[in-house]
Amino acid sequence: MSMINYASREINCKIVYYGPGLGGKTTNLEHVYRKVAPDTRGKMVSLATETERTLFFDFLPVDLGTIRGFKTRFHLYTVPGQVYYNASRKLILKGVDGVVFVADSQVERMDANIESMQNLYNNMAEYGYDLTKIPFVVQYNKRDLPNAASVRELQAQLNPGWEVADEARQVERRDPAHPNEFLVEQLGGVWVERAPHYESVAITGDGVFETLRSVAKLVLKSLS
Amino acid sequence: MTGAGTWSLDEGDYQRITEHLTVLLQEASARCALLVDRTGQLLASVGERPSFDPTAFASLTAADFSANDQLAKMIGEPEFASLFHQGEKESMYLADVARRVILVVLFDNRTTVGMVRLRVKRTVGDLTTLFHAMFDRSAARERDVARGPLEGAEDEIDRLFED
Repeated sequence: MSMINYASREINCKIVYYGPGLGGKTTNLEHVYRKVAPDTRGKMVSLATETERTLFFDFLPVDLGTIRGFKTRFHLYTVPGQVYYNASRKLILKGVDGVVFVADSQVERMDANIESMQNLYNNMAEYGYDLTKIPFVVQYNKRDLPNAASVRELQAQLNPGWEVADEARQVERRDPAHPNEFLVEQLGGVWVERAPHYESVAITGDGVFETLRSVAKLVLKSLS
Repeated sequence: MTGAGTWSLDEGDYQRITEHLTVLLQEASARCALLVDRTGQLLASVGERPSFDPTAFASLTAADFSANDQLAKMIGEPEFASLFHQGEKESMYLADVARRVILVVLFDNRTTVGMVRLRVKRTVGDLTTLFHAMFDRSAARERDVARGPLEGAEDEIDRLFED
């Protein structure tokens, strides 16, 4: 639920990083924290267990620039990835404006990715939010590992696309991040849309800002 | 509804909110009052300037309230409309406003929780009326053709995110 504060000239938006446990959600935020200028970010809050597993959430506020005289403040949250923390995971989604799904590219984690994606759809639906209609980006993390599945396989399993029923949106749209791919295209007579996807190695920072910029831009465009 | 929606706070709203909070602080002899929305965004802060990071405080407040809401449901209550956290010197009292906003009052031993609770009750009533009017106005604005401040700002957004 983005909040436009005319008094302080700020637009506040909430972005949630979702995905299976140990997939790199917290690492994404830590990289953003380290790399942005200290005067454009706030304090990073982590509610974690003693073994540094996210217990409730991580939180990081960042300013990404000014548009029309309004400072754009993004509140980045991660959820706990472990299956049994679903109650707290669901709470964090309340009022979300954009979602990043951080998938673990390792072949052995495919089932965990699929389970987490399904859980995301279910939790969003319980709030009455439709993931196909809000800013949503998929990040394939840990691309540097030798046991990483191919992006084609990950796309097929996690981001196969949804049917575009609205005729006004049935227009071929190229993926700006992957010139030979489409975000909206006709496949076998059916119009299909996919979430934009990015490859990353969050621990070195590769792909972290591309993902954040992509979802932040989609959120602001949804307000324009 | 497909997403969480948008709402806005204008200068007039902000001024009315801070007036209510200022009266509350004076009457309850409390130190500081903050308004936080349920998604964890700080809307207003009145009184002594907090020594902590107010943005982080706001996100934790929303999480605290949300977690307690779920605990309430587990024990068969629809909600806990207010929460009280007692410290040795500093305490805080949190109250729901219109199911969308949380009023947080920080106070020390110059007053009592009973006094704070009593005064908060009236402020919650005043703020509830004010916020309902704001939400209705935001909903009406969303239905209008001319929407928020970013209407038609696509090019500017593109430029902001250029590499």
